[in-house]
Amino acid sequence: MISHNIVKKFTGIRRFGCLSLGLLTLLIINGCSSLTSSTPSPSNALSTANSSLYDQIGGNVAMEAIVDNFIQEISHNRKMFEYFERSNAVRFREKFIEHLCMLTGGPCLYTGDSMVDVHTGMQITEHDFNLGVDLLINAMTKADVSHPNQNKVLAILAKMRSEIIYL
Amino acid sequence: MINKFFVYCALLCFVSINSYAGAGKLLGTAGLMQVEGSGGGGLVPWATLAGYDGRDEISLNAAATFVQLQDYKLASVAGSVSLYDTVELSIAKQTFELSTLGGSISQNIFGLKYRLFGDVVYEYLPQVSIGLQHKRLQDGAVANALGAQNSHYGTDFYIASTKVHLAAIAGYNAVWNITLRSTKANEMGLLGFGKGISSERKTVIEGSAGVLFSRHVAVGVEYRQKPDFLGLGEDDWTDFFISYFPNKKINITLAWAELGRIAGSEPQSGLYLSINGQL
Repeated sequence: MISHNIVKKFTGIRRFGCLSLGLLTLLIINGCSSLTSSTPSPSNALSTANSSLYDQIGGNVAMEAIVDNFIQEISHNRKMFEYFERSNAVRFREKFIEHLCMLTGGPCLYTGDSMVDVHTGMQITEHDFNLGVDLLINAMTKADVSHPNQNKVLAILAKMRSEIIYL
Repeated sequence: MINKFFVYCALLCFVSINSYAGAGKLLGTAGLMQVEGSGGGGLVPWATLAGYDGRDEISLNAAATFVQLQDYKLASVAGSVSLYDTVELSIAKQTFELSTLGGSISQNIFGLKYRLFGDVVYEYLPQVSIGLQHKRLQDGAVANALGAQNSHYGTDFYIASTKVHLAAIAGYNAVWNITLRSTKANEMGLLGFGKGISSERKTVIEGSAGVLFSRHVAVGVEYRQKPDFLGLGEDDWTDFFISYFPNKKINITLAWAELGRIAGSEPQSGLYLSINGQL
């Protein structure tokens, strides 16, 4: 269901830029299926069930929903989409889910590149960084993440700002 | 009464220069101008600039504020420009109506603020800024009659630190501000500056604390210590405010202001309404 939406969105953004057909196909195949590294095993999920922000938000299903919504938000935003034009959307999706999961105390290990490496050369301004934050807030709202939990996620991500802007 | 020029300017700025719009900050972490025209809360200047500008942006800000008290009415119209989230230039015109005695007093306030270091949201250190408010009293008659040392002009200097803590209170964002002000002003300058032949400056403390209950609503309290050069029992000020931020272009603040005795009156309190616009 989610994958279907995303594919539709990414199809709709071809006027902004062009994702390769292969990438789109991958996205269709990948869609909703969670990736091995970011899928919590039941025992892990149980052991962290009582406290982690990851669980309060709703575990891996919620992480996927947030990231999928975020990708949709990006695809609707011309300015933001420019930064992602040459990105591998599937990899972005996978790594962001992993990263969110790990940062919120979930049973995942982020295996992607460092924030500095990812954003170097992009010259992200404060304005555009904040645009990203606004879109992430929209994505979390659409994923039914409560206002306090949204703030907790933002508090964690805000610390990385200096590893993201003006690089 | 309210200088039409300010209103026209504010409106013009509003409709014509949309492309400058700053958006480098989170909703609700900027967008307020205090009663003397500086970026801040309601009564207190904060370390934040009024606009949503990031370090590559410029913001234009306008505000109209009204305070209705038992014996007085205060209106303030202000405009400011915030440059690259570093410097703020502001101008405000205050009109203080003596409802029971008749007549009114007005003054113009020219403000300058410079952000020293820190970031209100994103850095560990609070945002710290220094600023000044140069006040030029238009009608010095009352100030003279009360024995003010200077019934024409005076300048306040301040240092302010402000911080928003994300998810600080049960997941809600909280904000605090502390300001130290060096001043000679009687009732913000409306009753002149100092008393007698020589008056030393006084350093007063001002503070604010609030909680953002959603992306659009902030609730809080402010306190502003005041000197009493004239010996008329000038009281400290307090207000309880609720701010509504529908977006980064406009916000409306409603407050209950407790302003105590003014020029020897009975304690004054009343509603404070402020409408702020940003580009």
